[in-house]
Amino acid sequence: MDFTRFFSDLYTARFALLEGIGMTLIISGIAIVLGTLLGIGVALSLVYGGRVQRFIVRTFLEYVRGTPVFVLILACYYLLSTVIQLTPFQAGLIALTVFCSSHVGENLRGALLALPKGQTEAAKAIGLTFPQTFAYVLAPQALRQALPAWINTAAELVKASTLLAVIGVVELMLTTRQIIALKPRPLEFYFLAGLVYFLICFSIERLGRAVERRIALPS
Amino acid sequence: MGYQLNFAPVWRDFDLLLSGLALGIGMAIVSVLLVGNLIGLVAAFAMTSKHPVLRRVAGIYVTTIRNLPIYFLMLVAFFVLPQQLGVRIDKVHAFVGTLSIYAGAYLTEVYRGALLALPKGLREAGLAIGMTEGQTRIWVIVPVMLRNALPALSNNFISLFKDTSVAAAIAVPELTFYARQINNNTFRVIEVWSVCSLMYVAACYLIAAGLRLAERRLAIPH
Repeated sequence: MDFTRFFSDLYTARFALLEGIGMTLIISGIAIVLGTLLGIGVALSLVYGGRVQRFIVRTFLEYVRGTPVFVLILACYYLLSTVIQLTPFQAGLIALTVFCSSHVGENLRGALLALPKGQTEAAKAIGLTFPQTFAYVLAPQALRQALPAWINTAAELVKASTLLAVIGVVELMLTTRQIIALKPRPLEFYFLAGLVYFLICFSIERLGRAVERRIALPS
Repeated sequence: MGYQLNFAPVWRDFDLLLSGLALGIGMAIVSVLLVGNLIGLVAAFAMTSKHPVLRRVAGIYVTTIRNLPIYFLMLVAFFVLPQQLGVRIDKVHAFVGTLSIYAGAYLTEVYRGALLALPKGLREAGLAIGMTEGQTRIWVIVPVMLRNALPALSNNFISLFKDTSVAAAIAVPELTFYARQINNNTFRVIEVWSVCSLMYVAACYLIAAGLRLAERRLAIPH
């Protein structure tokens, strides 16, 4: 293995690689923000919604959770292109957002349902309205409970974002393949990409563990 | 919008979709239930063993694989490794190998947790009736641990089964691959993707129901 040659190739490709890493982080980041907002909606409808609303959201959730994320990505890419013109970035973002919302929704729902009933009753007893109860009593505890799993979802999203390479989003995986097409050093460049993914996911995982330790509800 | 639903092209190739689904389930069974399980058991014992080197090696394996995307691992197994080693690997074999190693890391965590949750008295009881350390493991620890780990195992199996769809990206002829092919040939976009995702949902449901039945029958009575 000729490392000086590799480093000169790496130097040539540095901007492309950085852009690829940036795209991976940006699309995962936007997807987790939007997906979390949607997921909060999903969880609230499942726990507090009326019967029809619950049924619709439940069906959506079961459907998304039973479908592989790769199928979601391809379906969004091909389906939405029949209705409106979307760039691969937009289609991929929608797919990842939906994927994220199903994870967040299920997670938050579990956290909300796990709260003891006495909490709501106690809040009612001291005269809080339901919105107040939710904002000051239920949400803080449920969010605390759901936070570690939510951070894991972020790592899942970064890993799922590699699949966007297939629909032509130029994130790290596709960048790597493009560079290899010009500078045929697959071993080195794949190793580099793997290292970047590992570092991102590993730091997220460690962060999750640290947060879990810090904010765990005292039992 | 002038989109008329027409499922005929999808039903015409429904046998292809079914064969793709069968291949996906088959790959999941071989790589998760057979090879991945074996890797997971061995690595879980290594992680809970007394030898620091064994613990280290197993820990590195689990941490590395769990923090890498399966798509990345698959591309390495299919494009990079064969080229470096100068061999040709069939794409199905490459994917089954990838999924086995990937599943092994997740199952290691499952079994490690199950091993740690076992009461100490189990091993001591095995030793007390004159079994060797190895016999105790095989005849006492593993059967009890497997039954305890079954719910977590089913969850992982379903999620790993869904990961078989990734194999479509290296043209392994499974469900997603055929769905894409029908999509590209007929442009019945809505029809083919709704059928494809429904097939995954149905398969996940059936697998989950089957595994839950097994869980209930094998659960350790309290």
